[in-house]
Parts: sequence; C-alpha cells; structure tokens
Amino acid sequence: MAQPLVKKDDDHDDELEYSPFMGIEKGAVLQEARVFNDPQVDPRRCSQVITKLLYLLNQGESFTKVEATEVFFSVTKLFQSKDTGLRRMVYLIIKELSPSSDEVIIVTSSLMKDMNSKIDMYRANAIRVLCRIIDGTLLTQIERYLKQAIVDKNPVVSSAALVSGLHLLKTNPEIVKRWSNEVQEGIQSRSALVQFHALALLHQIRQNDRLAVSKLVGSLTRGSVRSPLAQCLLIRYTSQVIRDMANHGQSGERPFYEFLESCLRHKAEMVILEAARAITELDGVTSRELTPAITVLQLFLSSPRPVLRFAAVRTLNKVAMTHPMAVTNCNIDMESLISDQNRSIATLAITTLLKTGNESSVERLMKQITNFMSDIADEFKIVVVDAIRSLCVKFPLKYRSLMTFLSNILREEGGFEYKRAIVDSIVTIIRDIPDAKESGLLHLCEFIEDCEFTYLSTQILHFLGIEGPNTSDPSKYIRYIYNRVHLENATVRAAAVSTLAKFGFMVESLKPRITVLLKRCIYDSDDEVRDRATLYLSVLGGDGTVDTDKESKDFLFGSLEVPLVNMETSLKNYEPSEEAFDINSVPKEVKSQPLAEKKAQGKKPTGLGAPPAAPASGFDGYERLLSSIPEFAAFGKLFKSSLPVELTEAETEYAVNVVKHIFDSHVVFQYNCTNTIPEQLLERVNVIVDASEAEEFSEVTSKALNSLPYDSPGQAFVVFEKPAGVPAVGKFSNTLTFVVKEVDPSTGEAEDDGVEDEYQLEDLEVVAGDYMVKVGVSNFRNAWESMDEEDERVDEYGLGQRESLGEAVKAVMDLLGMQTCEGTETIPLNARSHTCLLSGVYIGNVKVLVRAQFGMDSSKDIAMKLTVRAEDVSVAEAIHEIVASG
Amino acid sequence: MSPDSCPLVKNILLLDSEGKRVAVKYYSDDWPTNAAKLSFEKYVFSKTSKTNARTEAEITLLDSNIIVYKFAQDLHFFVTGGENENELILASVLQGFFDAVALLLRSNVEKMEALENLDLIFLCLDEMVDQGVVLETDPNVIAGKVAMQSTEASGSLSEQTLTQALATAREHLARSLLT
Repeated sequence: MAQPLVKKDDDHDDELEYSPFMGIEKGAVLQEARVFNDPQVDPRRCSQVITKLLYLLNQGESFTKVEATEVFFSVTKLFQSKDTGLRRMVYLIIKELSPSSDEVIIVTSSLMKDMNSKIDMYRANAIRVLCRIIDGTLLTQIERYLKQAIVDKNPVVSSAALVSGLHLLKTNPEIVKRWSNEVQEGIQSRSALVQFHALALLHQIRQNDRLAVSKLVGSLTRGSVRSPLAQCLLIRYTSQVIRDMANHGQSGERPFYEFLESCLRHKAEMVILEAARAITELDGVTSRELTPAITVLQLFLSSPRPVLRFAAVRTLNKVAMTHPMAVTNCNIDMESLISDQNRSIATLAITTLLKTGNESSVERLMKQITNFMSDIADEFKIVVVDAIRSLCVKFPLKYRSLMTFLSNILREEGGFEYKRAIVDSIVTIIRDIPDAKESGLLHLCEFIEDCEFTYLSTQILHFLGIEGPNTSDPSKYIRYIYNRVHLENATVRAAAVSTLAKFGFMVESLKPRITVLLKRCIYDSDDEVRDRATLYLSVLGGDGTVDTDKESKDFLFGSLEVPLVNMETSLKNYEPSEEAFDINSVPKEVKSQPLAEKKAQGKKPTGLGAPPAAPASGFDGYERLLSSIPEFAAFGKLFKSSLPVELTEAETEYAVNVVKHIFDSHVVFQYNCTNTIPEQLLERVNVIVDASEAEEFSEVTSKALNSLPYDSPGQAFVVFEKPAGVPAVGKFSNTLTFVVKEVDPSTGEAEDDGVEDEYQLEDLEVVAGDYMVKVGVSNFRNAWESMDEEDERVDEYGLGQRESLGEAVKAVMDLLGMQTCEGTETIPLNARSHTCLLSGVYIGNVKVLVRAQFGMDSSKDIAMKLTVRAEDVSVAEAIHEIVASG
Repeated sequence: MSPDSCPLVKNILLLDSEGKRVAVKYYSDDWPTNAAKLSFEKYVFSKTSKTNARTEAEITLLDSNIIVYKFAQDLHFFVTGGENENELILASVLQGFFDAVALLLRSNVEKMEALENLDLIFLCLDEMVDQGVVLETDPNVIAGKVAMQSTEASGSLSEQTLTQALATAREHLARSLLT
C-alpha cells in the first residue's frame, strides 16, 4: 500500500510512527497497569497508563469483568498520591469502569474525603464521580455534604452538585426533592451556570406541580436571569405554562406573551432563537403575535453563520405549514438560500418556498431544485418530493413541469423510501389531475422497466391495470407489461399476468393479442404465474354474454368483499378435505382492533402504498366498508361521505361521531361509537333517530352494534330513504340506546345481567353541501368557457361584518363544500378583495363551477358576487339557494 | 425529548480526516453498542466530510439528530443533539470544545498533537458536559480547569502555565481579528 515515492504517503508513514498509541494492545496495557501497585507511585507513568486504558475503552475495546475489577482495585491505590493531575485521571477512569455496588465501597471513603477537600477542583470532581456510581443507601449518607455543596461559594462545586442532582432525581427522587431550599438559593447565584443548573433542577423537582411551576416562571420572568442558557430554559418553561393555562380554559390576553416578545431583543442569539421558536409554536398563534418573531428570524437568514441560517430557515419552514402567508415576506431571502453551500439549509429553503410560493414562481423554483437534487441525502429528497406533490395539487396547471421533474428524479439513483415517495406522488397527481394521466402512466411504465423493488413494480402494475385500459391508446402499455413476464421474478410476473388480463377484458380490440400472450405464460416456471394465466384465459375465453361479463368484471376489478384479516384467519383454520373452501363462510364484520395495534399503525403511508385500514375511513375505505354490509349493497354507488361530525362533547363517557354517506336515493348515517369507561361493557348499541324535522326522509332500517367493549370503537348504522337524486335537507335528533354491563377491572369479565340505558346525543343536520363532491379541474378557465353561458346564474350577497376576508371566504367554502382551484384558497395578507374559484360535482353527477368575488369595505362589511355555471340550470339555482339560506 | 426539558447533548465526537476516532463521548442510549456508534460516526463523517466547515461551524440534520461540526486541519469536531434542540446551544458547546482544544494544544490543532495530549482532551470533554447536561461552554474556563490540574503532572503544559496558555489564546484571537 505504501508508495515510498509519493510524498503524501511518506507523511502518512511518519505520522504513524509518531502516534503514541501505535500498535497498542490490551493485554500489554493491562500488564503495564501493575505499576499502580508499586509502593512508590510514579504519577507521570501512572497517568500515561490510565490514558492508554481510556484510549482503549474509547476505541470500543471492552474489558472482561475480571479485568475491569482488577484495574479498578489497583486504581484505588492511586488515591495515596497527592499529585492533582493523576487524581484527575483516576476520577476519569473510575467513571469509565462503572464499578459494581460492592466495589464502590472501596472508593467511597477516599471520594468523601476529596468532597471535603480544600481544593475546589477535588470537591467538584469527587461529587460528580461519587454521584455517578453510588446507590440510594449510600446517597443518604452523603446527602448532607451534597446540600452543603449546592450552596458552596465556588460555582464549579455548586454546579457539580446541582447537575448530579439532576441525574439522581431519576433514580432517587424522594431524596433530591428534599434539597429544594438549597436549589432555590442557587437560582439567586451570581454565577451564570449555577443559575442555569439550579433552574433546571428546581423545575425538574416541581414539574408535576403546575401551580409551583407557574409561580416559578411568574417570579423569574419579572426578575433578571443572567445566563443565556437559563433564559432559554425559562422560555421553555414559560411556553409550558402558557399551554397549561390554555388547556384549563383561561381566556383573554395571552399571559407571558410580552415576556417572550421581550426575549426577542435579548443580546444572546440563542435566547432570541428560543423565544422566536416558542412564539411560533404557541397554540393558535395570531399573525400579530407572529410578526416580531418572523422579523428576527428573517434577520438570521442573512447571517454569515450557517448554524443561524439553518435554525431560522428550519423554524420558518415549520411556520409555513400553518401560516404560509406570514412567511412570504422572507421569500426573497429564502430564494438566495437555495444556492447555499449547506445543503440542509438549501433543502429547507426550497420546501418553504414550495409552501409559500405562488403559481408564477413554480417553473423558476423547479429549475433551481433540479440543480441541487443530486447531492442531497435521500431523507431531504423525500421532503422535497412531498412538497412538490402538495404543490401540484395546489396548482394543477403546473402539472407538466412538476411531472417532468418527478420522472427525471425517478430515473436517478435512490433508495426504496425515496422511490416510493416519488411513485406515490405521481399516482396522486394522476388521480387528481385527469390531464396528467397518460404522461404519468408512461413515466411509471418506464420506471418499471428498470426497477429493483418488487413491491413498487407490483403496485405500479396493479395501478396500470386499473387506469391503463381507460386511456386513449391502451395498447402502448402492453409492451411494458409483457416485458415484465420475461424479465422479472415470480411475484412481479404474476402481477403482470393479472394486469394483462385486465387490459384484455376491458379493451375488446386487444383481447385476441392478450390471449396469445397469456397462453405463453402457461409454461412459466412458477405455479402462481401459471395458475393465474390459466384462470384469466378461461375468464377471457367466456362467451361474451352479459351475465358472465358482469361476473368476470367483478372478479377482475371488484374488491375482495371480506376484510383481509378475516380471510387470513379463515384460510388458516381451513383443513384440507373433500369440501372446498367457501369464501362465503368468511365473516364480513370488521373486527374492532385492540388499542395497542392502532397506536402502532401511527403514521399511515398515503397514496399507493396505503393498506386498507380497518375500521375504514376515507372515501375508498367507506365504500369498502359499506359494500361489505349486505343490507346496503342494493343502494348503488356511494356518492359522497362527509367528514365525521362529533355528536358528543370531548371527554364524555361515550364518544360518538357520525359520518353521512349519501347514495342516490338513500342516506346512511354511520355512528362511530367509543366507550371510554373501563368498567363497562355496552351491548346492543343502537341509535334512535327522530326525523320529524326532516320531512323528505323516512327511516328504512338500522343496524345495531352487538357489543362495544372499552376503548375499541365500533359502528352502528341507520338508513334513510329520500327521493332519488334530490338534495333533501333536514335535521335529525339522536339518542344512543344500549345495555350496560359492569366489568370487573381485574379479570376483565362482564357480569351476566345488564341494565338498559340511553344517552342523549347532539342533533345532526343533512345540508345541501353534503350533496356536493369536491372535484378539481386542471384548467379552470377552459372548463369555465366550455360551459354554456346561458346557464350562468349571478347574484350578489352581503355577508355582514367579518373579522377578515379570509374568514368570509372560508365560510362560503365550507358552506358549499367545493374544491378550490388554482390556489385561490390562500388570501394575501391585508387584501381587501379576492376571487375564489371553486369546482365540484353535484348529486346526479352535475358538474358545477363557481366564481366567487369578495370585497371588503372600511367597516369590514363584506360583499360577495357569486357566479355559478352548471351543466344543469336547476343546479346553478340550487347553489344560489344554498348560499341564500346559509 | 419533551419540549420543556433541559437542553441535552447526545454525543461529542472528535474524528480524524479519515473518520477514525480520536476521542468520542456518548451521553444518550440512542447508540447502545460500539457497532452502532461506529456506524453513526461513519455515517456522519461521510455526510459531512465534503463540506467546508473550517471558518464557520456547519450544521446538518441526520436521522432526526441535529449535528453541528467544525474542522481544523485533520481534526473533525462534532456535537450532536436531538431534533428539537436549540441549534445555537449545541453550537456554543461545539465552539467551547473547539476553542478549548485549541488553547490546550497551543493552537496546534491537529491529530498527532491531540493524540499526544489525549489526557487533556478527555479531561476537556469531562469538564464540558456531564451525562448530556452542559457544564461549561466558555473555552477559557474549560481550558483553565483542565490545565490547572496538569501543571504539576507530566502534561504537555508542563513548560507552560495557564497564564501563558491564555496569552497564546489572546494572541490567537488578535491574529484572527486582524486577518
């Protein structure tokens, strides 16, 4: 390896020779450690040996129990030397060896002697060593000295005792809590660090006493805390107090805000940052409260110190998620950070800009991002990809450049998580923006040509099978899919066979060619692939009568009607016999999940990788859930599911919310119930609905929940019939009825006898907005112009006095339940007028577009001009009725 | 880390120009084994070695940890803290460590010098952070605490008293102000 002629390597060799630890070896050093036992201690030599031992430990070498004990015992002999340097090394090695409790006894007396030594450094260090290694019983013996040390006039000693107290609090809280008086004194110390350590300890001691913390903060925010570190702590504690007060319903002027604001003018930057961050993280922070914090952070953005820039941009990035408008003032500074040497800063700047930027800056931003994408870590790339996905949903018009960007990065190197984020984003864009479908599918096709991840390949093939046949030229995808059959592993081949079959079934013209391809797959080496090919060949070979067509279609495209978990259990229980497995024997009821499992699910992936979650939520989930209940199967296609509406106050005995499912001539109320009392089991849970204020509705049926144990949610359903295609509205009052059974908390068994009871829920309304589905359009202007101008209905409304324009816009958006287009949901700060573009589909599949223009006068009175175009005039009129009655 | 707790340092690393350990100190349980520690060091080194952290401390976010770092010759200094930690507190720990080492090595901040005075480096780490809690960030105080005890011993400051060390530091400061 060494090339003597190369100068650089020469240097390298020299270096090695000089290294004091060259060729060091554990056995030899342990031999050397015998020098500790010499009657005449040589401090210099001993220090060197200890350094060598520390070096070995630091390099990751481990000592056996015997070796460690031996070293420890000989080290304790060194306490006889008066040499301070050596003593210091002894302290270090004792901490590293972490002796067992029976060994500790040996050094206790020596260390206690040092704790009372005249040399300050001995006192401080001995305290830290001793507190590190002793247990509770010994601690009571030295407690007296520690309390004394806390108020020692030497700040180093005092800090050592306080910091040790912080650590001991975890193991011996009852002892440390007795030191409050001394610690309190420490807070008044003139030494900055003693103050910091004392404050940290005092807060730890009192953290569960809300009143005491509040008092502590109250008194300190008035006085002057000298140390910047202590000031940072104080800011953290203050935020906590503010949170607690908000939780306990104290309203009015936010307490302590002034203190936080004053910290923005502190001379230490770490305090300014801490305060700015605390302000941005306040619950329900207003833009007025935010402004001073944003201003100091903006100054940090142009600091020459990378750490400051990073801290500022990271904080602003978080703010941009909730208050994008508040951050727009920093956009210019932020743009200059895209070229920052530090890639973390650049990434944060870009994702912030993606959140706050407007439509016109998208292309410029994308160009800048492309340049630096290659040299950042995957975790940053995922952040950028996620930001781009939400940007695309916000500005559908820009899908072209965003899609190009995504497909480019898809071709580059990257790990699984990163690739999945990109694929998910493309899938989301394809789903949301119809125009992007064909190009998006082709990008995905190209990706699977060279994809090393089986999971992604199969997911994409499945997606292709659903979307591909409906495109203008389905045949162009076949080549990509069939290539998989040749080139990939069995899992991917099987997925490809299924996808081919879907194309063959949906596109009549392709059927003969697909049949040929599938026939080739019959000779595949893998069972599953052969089985699928054979199966699909027989499905495709059907005689084309309507009846078999429908069955085949259900078979190919329908979802599995039973929950996967139940299917799995049933299959496991099935024993091979003459009798074939019957899918109808699988229970369709979704079992409620135990709590622990639900928590583990925590973050659910979205997009393509999202597993069907049970109990289901989201439109797809609801659709699956409802179609699994036979009684509801005849209602036809689900038109819309509302967001859950809470019918109980938070923290009541039974938590109930309701989801309204709208079908063409039915409405299904899904009551999600949770029992929050551990001592109770509820059975036969039902909801009695009084529809006297909803004339057009008549109750058809209801489906009770058999059993509702503690903390595992379940669903009850009530079904109403209404005139077909009519947006009927009405008000419903609900009562929960059930049988209560006591549960023995120790055994978890319920008693046999129950008591009938009922519980009043809040009223529920079906409003016109429930009949509107949010559907975006990619180009609002084109869509608008393609609608007949004749059918336009215009009217003006006065909305009265409002706090801000944003509030009025939001009220109208909520009322109509429509999708905002082209980013018009964000309103510039202090704007006096705004135009909002909305689109949606009304019941009966009528496309509706709305242009809402808002204006505000000096007295904050808001007027709105509402222009509606719909495929059906009556619907346009209905929209006006909604607004007029809202 | 709960948001209202005391600022904590997760580890302090001093690596050489190939990413090998000179001295490291871990204060959190995030890396339970030596293998985990080594792979963390390797990861951090590979992610930072190409950056220029010689004039100003640099910063990055890796695996939900904030890492501030600074390089001098063939030595790489790192301080790691949790995701929600105040970056400037970590930076002040790093600066304290960096400057204290510079004082103790008499501005000869390089690997060989550090290895020859490894006892001082270990003492320096010990005086800065105790089980994750910041003890001291002022480089002069840290170096003072370390040096005071080494004067009688064999330490390399034997020919140089603390006053001299501080004089060197002042000179160093003056130089850096002039340039």
